[in-house]
Amino acid sequence: MGSTDNMRLEVTVRRSDADGGYDQIFKVPAYAHQTVLDVVSWIQQYSDPTLTYRFACRVGMCGSCAMMVNGAPRWTCRTHVNKVLNGDRLHIAPLRNLPVVKDLVVDMDPFFDKWIAAEGLHHPTRTRHDPIVSIDPENPQRGEANAGIECINCSVCYAACDTVAGNSDYLGPAALLRAWTVFNDEKNAGKQDILDAVSGSSGCHNCHSMGSCSHFCPNALNPMTAIAGLKRETAKTIFRRRKDA
Amino acid sequence: MLDLRLYMAQRISAMVMIPLVLGHIAVMIYAIQGGLSSAEILSRTQGSAFWFLFYGVFVVAVSVHAAIGLRVIVHEWLGLRGIALSLLTWTICLVLFVMGARAVMAVTLL
Repeated sequence: MGSTDNMRLEVTVRRSDADGGYDQIFKVPAYAHQTVLDVVSWIQQYSDPTLTYRFACRVGMCGSCAMMVNGAPRWTCRTHVNKVLNGDRLHIAPLRNLPVVKDLVVDMDPFFDKWIAAEGLHHPTRTRHDPIVSIDPENPQRGEANAGIECINCSVCYAACDTVAGNSDYLGPAALLRAWTVFNDEKNAGKQDILDAVSGSSGCHNCHSMGSCSHFCPNALNPMTAIAGLKRETAKTIFRRRKDA
Repeated sequence: MLDLRLYMAQRISAMVMIPLVLGHIAVMIYAIQGGLSSAEILSRTQGSAFWFLFYGVFVVAVSVHAAIGLRVIVHEWLGLRGIALSLLTWTICLVLFVMGARAVMAVTLL
């Protein structure tokens, strides 16, 4: 990839420094088939080895290479440059709504902490000594669980969410999608724990249903629908509790 | 910032307002057709338990609904949080309620 005969792309990369960061422009060769991650890797390997970024699998499975590309959150390993170019220009920045560690690397801790806060964990119904629960794949509730199970934790939806941008405590689409997925799993025992966890002041009721999460999700998942499901179930608990009281 | 309790209060107040808004608009359009004067309108509303309840419930629903809606906007756009945000929510609710209640009483009480 060392060719310099076609340095057509003008790539602006957001770099970090003590003063809050600056934009640096690189000339990068254009190829017929290249991803945004290829472009970032070319810069790091041939132009500026100090450029810091994060990736692992390069095939859209690990969820570690997401960045803002021309203002929109993308999984860079599976984003074709030609599909997102603005003329011959590309602007690459760290993911929105998360603190920057260095250059294009963000601290994912707040993102994963919120998964835990939303009770997006497995609450077992049985021990390892019990037989495995048999799951009916045709069950509609199983369908809801299956719909969200392919989340790769890339944080693209979290970066896309304007509610997170305005309300940093909000749990965000990924954590709530996971909570909804676990809630619908027959093997999960903590249904009420999940509903309580997403009903607090940072919970699912802060969502304005703007839909950026579902629009930008690289795996075509639908966190907005999952959040609507949580709103529905939590609303039901109010009336159920009244009846039980 | 918006928990289940506030969310439900805003949704329920919205549901209460839907028929009241439609009724209010319908009455406004109907009332001015024949060129009714203020005195003629007041003669119909003053002492009427129906209009007292209609606009009384409307004012309560608006106070709750608008206070929660503005709370969300002020938090997300201006970053206000904690006790200051709760205080602002209650102040908006109270101001709207007092203003609305004054108007309802003026128009429906004898």
